Amino acid sequence: MELTTFWFLVIAFLWTGYFVLEGFDFGVGALLPLVGRSDAERGQALTTIGPVWDGNEVWLITAVGAMFAAFPAWYSGLLSGYYLPLVLVLTGLIVRGVALEWRGKVRPGERALCDAGIVAGSVVAACTWGGVFGHLLYGSARAAVLGGALSLAVAALHGGVFLSLKTTGPLRARARRLALAAAVAVLPLAAVALPALASLAAGGAGAAGARTGGPGTAGVGTGGAGWTAHPVVWVAAVAAVAALAAAVALVWRRREGWAFAATAGAIVLVTGTVFASLREVPLPGLTLAEAASGPYTLGMLTWIGLVALPFVLGYQAWTYWVFRRRVTA
Amino acid sequence: MDALDLARWQFGITTVYHFLFVPLTIGLGIFVAGLQTAWHRTGKAHYLRLTRFFGKLFLINFAMGVVTGIVQEFQFGMNWSEYSTFVGDVFGAPLALEALLAFFLESTFLGLWIFGWERLPKRVHLACIWAAALGSNLSAYFILAANAWMKHPVGYEVTGGRARMTDLWAVLTNSTALAQVPHVVAASFVVAGGFVIAVCGYRILRERRSGGADPMWRASLRGALVMTALAGALVAGTGDMSGQLLHEQQPMKLAAAEGLRHDEKGAAYSLVPGVEVPKGLSLLAAHDPDAVVQGADDIQRRFAQKFGPGDYIPNLPVVYWSFRVMIVFGLSTVALSLAGLWALRRRRPVPRWLARAGLAALPLPLLAVIAGWLLSEIGRQPWVVQGELLTAAAVSPGVSLRDVAISLTIFTVLYGVLAVAEVRLLARHVKAGPDPVVPVPDPRRPDGPETAPLTPTLMY
Ligand code: HDD
Ligand code: HEM
Ligand code: HEM
Repeated sequence: MELTTFWFLVIAFLWTGYFVLEGFDFGVGALLPLVGRSDAERGQALTTIGPVWDGNEVWLITAVGAMFAAFPAWYSGLLSGYYLPLVLVLTGLIVRGVALEWRGKVRPGERALCDAGIVAGSVVAACTWGGVFGHLLYGSARAAVLGGALSLAVAALHGGVFLSLKTTGPLRARARRLALAAAVAVLPLAAVALPALASLAAGGAGAAGARTGGPGTAGVGTGGAGWTAHPVVWVAAVAAVAALAAAVALVWRRREGWAFAATAGAIVLVTGTVFASLREVPLPGLTLAEAASGPYTLGMLTWIGLVALPFVLGYQAWTYWVFRRRVTA
Repeated sequence: MDALDLARWQFGITTVYHFLFVPLTIGLGIFVAGLQTAWHRTGKAHYLRLTRFFGKLFLINFAMGVVTGIVQEFQFGMNWSEYSTFVGDVFGAPLALEALLAFFLESTFLGLWIFGWERLPKRVHLACIWAAALGSNLSAYFILAANAWMKHPVGYEVTGGRARMTDLWAVLTNSTALAQVPHVVAASFVVAGGFVIAVCGYRILRERRSGGADPMWRASLRGALVMTALAGALVAGTGDMSGQLLHEQQPMKLAAAEGLRHDEKGAAYSLVPGVEVPKGLSLLAAHDPDAVVQGADDIQRRFAQKFGPGDYIPNLPVVYWSFRVMIVFGLSTVALSLAGLWALRRRRPVPRWLARAGLAALPLPLLAVIAGWLLSEIGRQPWVVQGELLTAAAVSPGVSLRDVAISLTIFTVLYGVLAVAEVRLLARHVKAGPDPVVPVPDPRRPDGPETAPLTPTLMY
């Protein structure tokens, strides 16, 4: 495999990991006031993500760092092109991070402020990421709104399922009901958004946009070539909708572990489809090959990455194992 | 005022702000790990109390380091897209390695440490804080290697209008980095040592007013004094190395730091304007009293010949005074730590003057490291990559003045509010002191019930 293709896949993998992992801690943050009626309950809910949320966020830092190193022009074009939305994302992440860490260290009266920060930061960040990617693909404000709504709704579902998996008692029951409520928003949104995404990835709308170089329309440039017309993307989009529907059914039947696997799978499929459609033209007017670093840099990063990644994945998996038990009140 | 000016202000403000928290994380992490190790070795409960007390202060600070760090990583692409496109091949690699090798280590093991008190075997739990502290120090290495490359670019060639890396090893072992990494990391230990000295001094003064001070404060004060003194020696040694490297690699910065206008043989060292040590600068810069040191106006002439017309002189007064603030404030902290060690020799009690003077050990080294960065970064203007790329050419062309103004306003206001909150939070916890009774956690592996209880000590 060519090194540029390989690094594109690495970056897609890192973003996917980021959305799967931070997806549920965004969701827990967004659902906080609904799921936790008392201060103690909110503390219990947050303890489910406490040991892992910072590690989850490092997936983003690594994804962005890898883009910087492997595709500098993609990194700088994306970040300067979405300047204000990213200011919003960063503001959300700052407020949320500080509020999470300080919640247990402020006076009881000030906790409400931290809780508000956690909710606001999680909602803003989850929404804005969806909006950025929606706009990147379609270049329209409508796509941005749809993307933002979908990503927030999916995060809420994913987080609700995670909470019902990791808690006991009234919290668990409430988290389940909230996940079902989120599903009411998720399913129609997904049914609208995902087929559109699939037709883009398969070389439809986006290709035209990219050829004319219209603002904000990245995507495959050469509609029809290679695996562009591949049915795989259609399968992925349909599978994503199916996974979300399955997750809802599994929550209903109280199979929380499987439901979590299904929401995680849906996020993997959606993110995968997004990156599949960015594989040739990651930004309007920029091809992946133009954006790439030289073979020397990519080769060195490959060796170091291949040695380090198993350890990184190993100790993160171990963390989830250590904290595998449910958190009680 | 244009987008470039605001982008520069934004970079300066957010970076200096990030660096207010970073040194404390670097140094205090190791200090807390040391305290916990002492608890393991001796089994004495007061070491556990200290671990938890300083651990809490460490975590309050750590949160700020993390969230302000993310802004840093995004900012290169957002505000400096021309820079990022030009150097990403070289500069991006250490950043990616930092995230992969250091940040994952740090964040994952810190999570395990905070929440693992009752879940992990004692030794494994101790190893977690060491792994996290190691991660912080490793991250400093990578980011400083990247920064050093901008001052003294090596291991690359420019082809097709972009810098291309040809030798990663050369980038990671850049002579500039090998001087700068130990200098900054040791300076961070001075900051953290100063912080602990100040906290112990405050607790001693306060507890003496209501009876007697707990002897554990003297113990941790001594530990911090030793740490500060050792790190101080390293800072001075590596600072001298950096000075010599400036002479070879960044003569303009050296000339600015000394206010030297013309090339001079046997140049004098200026203590403050008007007071000079004959031949001091040549001695310092080249270890030779008769060496020629280049002056700013003459370098300007040579640069104009080499790179074309332009103003290659940085802001002289700022660089000159930053250099002095860094050395004087930093070394007075180190001097205080030596005096303190002398005063505490052979089980002597903590004298009142030491507890009081200790309070100054908090702001002094912090101001010193900030001044050090101002010297380092403003001193290399107008270049962002020495000899290769001007700062003015590095800015994002598509980002408007309005956009930068909005983000600068948001970050400044948010950072201001958070700074006030952080200071109040730290002060409150220092005032309250350590928790009176600490339930000694059960080190055995939990193999009991299906569920875990909440532990309120360090978490949410
Ligand atoms: C406690 C803090 C502290 C103390 C006591 C000193 N420094 Fe320092 N210095 C820093 C904290 C610092 C820093 C903040 O860590 C800097 C900023 C950027 C860097 O590389 O380190 C720095 C930079 C810096 C530079 C610029 C390097 C460059 O831009 O390439 C020089 C030449 C020195 N230092 C030299 C010294 C000397 C000769 C010192 C006295 C013996 C000294 N420093 C004490
Ligand atoms: C590790 C990396 C870096 C650190 C820690 C750092 C730190 C600093 C500090 C402390 C200042 C002084 C603040 C001020 O001028 O108000 C500064 C100034 C500045 N930095 Fe850096 N910097 C780094 C890398 C960079 C990079 C990558 C760029 C962008 C291309 C950059 C561009 C600037 C600019 C334009 C200024 C303003 C200088 C002036 O006002 O004359 N720096 N930096
Ligand atoms: C301008 C360049 C810089 C960038 C892009 C940057 C990036 C980051 C990022 C993304 C984080 C958050 C990591 C997390 O979530 O765990 C962080 C934290 C950290 N950074 Fe920076 N950083 C910069 C400057 C520096 C410098 C100059 C140092 C040290 C000498 C440093 C040392 C650290 C450390 C130790 C942390 C851990 C958290 C803490 O500080 O409390 N960084 N940085």
